Amino acid sequence: MRYVMTVSPDFPPGQIAGWYIFNTWLQRQLGEHIHVELYSDFEAQRKAIREGQIDLIYANPFDAAMLVREEGFTAIAAPLSKPDEAVIAVAVDSPIQQVADLKPGTRIAATDDPDVNLISMIMLEPADLSAQNTQTQTVGTYILVAKQVLQGKADVGFFLKDAFAGLSGMIQRQLRVLVRSEIHVIRHVLLVGPRLRERHGDLWNLLSEMGENDKGRDALKNLGLQGWEMQTQEDTEFMIDLMDTLVN
Amino acid sequence: MDDMTTKDVQEPYTKHLLHYFDGTSRYVLIKDEEVPFPEGKLIVSRTDLQGIITHCNQAFIEMSGYTEEELIGQPHYILRHPDMPKVAFKDAWDTVGSGVKWHGYVKNLRKDGRYYWVYATIILNIRDGKPVSCTSVRRKPSRTQVDACTALYAKLRQAEEE
Ligand SMILES: Cc1cc2nc3c(=O)[nH]c(=O)nc-3n(C[C@H](O)[C@H](O)[C@H](O)COP(=O)(O)O)c2cc1C
Repeated sequence: MRYVMTVSPDFPPGQIAGWYIFNTWLQRQLGEHIHVELYSDFEAQRKAIREGQIDLIYANPFDAAMLVREEGFTAIAAPLSKPDEAVIAVAVDSPIQQVADLKPGTRIAATDDPDVNLISMIMLEPADLSAQNTQTQTVGTYILVAKQVLQGKADVGFFLKDAFAGLSGMIQRQLRVLVRSEIHVIRHVLLVGPRLRERHGDLWNLLSEMGENDKGRDALKNLGLQGWEMQTQEDTEFMIDLMDTLVN
Repeated sequence: MDDMTTKDVQEPYTKHLLHYFDGTSRYVLIKDEEVPFPEGKLIVSRTDLQGIITHCNQAFIEMSGYTEEELIGQPHYILRHPDMPKVAFKDAWDTVGSGVKWHGYVKNLRKDGRYYWVYATIILNIRDGKPVSCTSVRRKPSRTQVDACTALYAKLRQAEEE
């Protein structure tokens, strides 16, 4: 059997190699053929999931509900100490000092990263803003989000916290953080599809011991992860319930 | 549940007797002072199907003023503020009980007698097709909505007292 692994399209571009290295490590440890299939956007990836093509996925929390509750995926691990937090930034000289200063008609620059956009829109609610009374410009990368804001084409930009921290010092100095999320419990999850279910126990053992040998540690480092925190199905169900309260 | 006392609530305050759905009652001490909802955070709790708190996050603990030990095992009405109309919670329980997500603005009472407004969502947690618990997540509400609810709830309260 040949299995397919995929990664939420919002992973940092610098980590593509990391996922191939992880897969090489995993294939060797598990003794299975696994092919990495990457998708350029969430829509294409969801289509592949719906068609039953995916066996292992490092999923965006926004998609976890569909994967677990509709497609029969089971939870296995979440990245250690790496919650998905959002940052909303304005140009450093913007008259906007706090969220409450924003008015209907606010122009937003964002990527298509669904959990960052969800968390960010929630942080604009105190200003009575919603998708209905704002204009969102969707761009391909967080660098482009920053550019839209710096060029005055958008009033605010939505960023994944880690992506914001990864912007060059020069760009960061021209931006000012308006608000940042501190939710802690929304994060990516590694999920196992129905066909790979029978290897769930082996996967669990491998991942939980991954940080204990050189090869595993190396693979983790290339993914920018400190390690895995093993997840019970209920841990993931809990996060899905929480996400469920946040989507309308 | 024990009455609130001056051990936790500084003067000035007003004293109210609250009657809860389970037949119990207690005195609460109310201060006319709002604590703003922190930016960027969510207040999360989970209850069993009777509304007993089984889990709460750090933001819940900080905003309520209680310790985790004081909260776990207590009914969620520990946060009920006398300015909240009964009908709001009846609507919440009826809606969630029928399996539908409930949203609403809630004025909550802190251990120190002050209050905080939230925009709350409550859902029923389903496992293997059966309801097992409830999750509530609160976000920072907008001032315009809070002002509208303050007026609306005062009217509803008045109607309930007549
Ligand atoms: C998950 C969940 C969360 C709740 N959160 C609150 C809350 O934050 N504040 C509150 O006053 N009541 C909350 N309630 C409703 C209380 O259980 C209770 O119905 C309410 O305080 C009114 O008290 P009464 O039912 O005794 O009249 C919650 C209920 C559930 C199931």
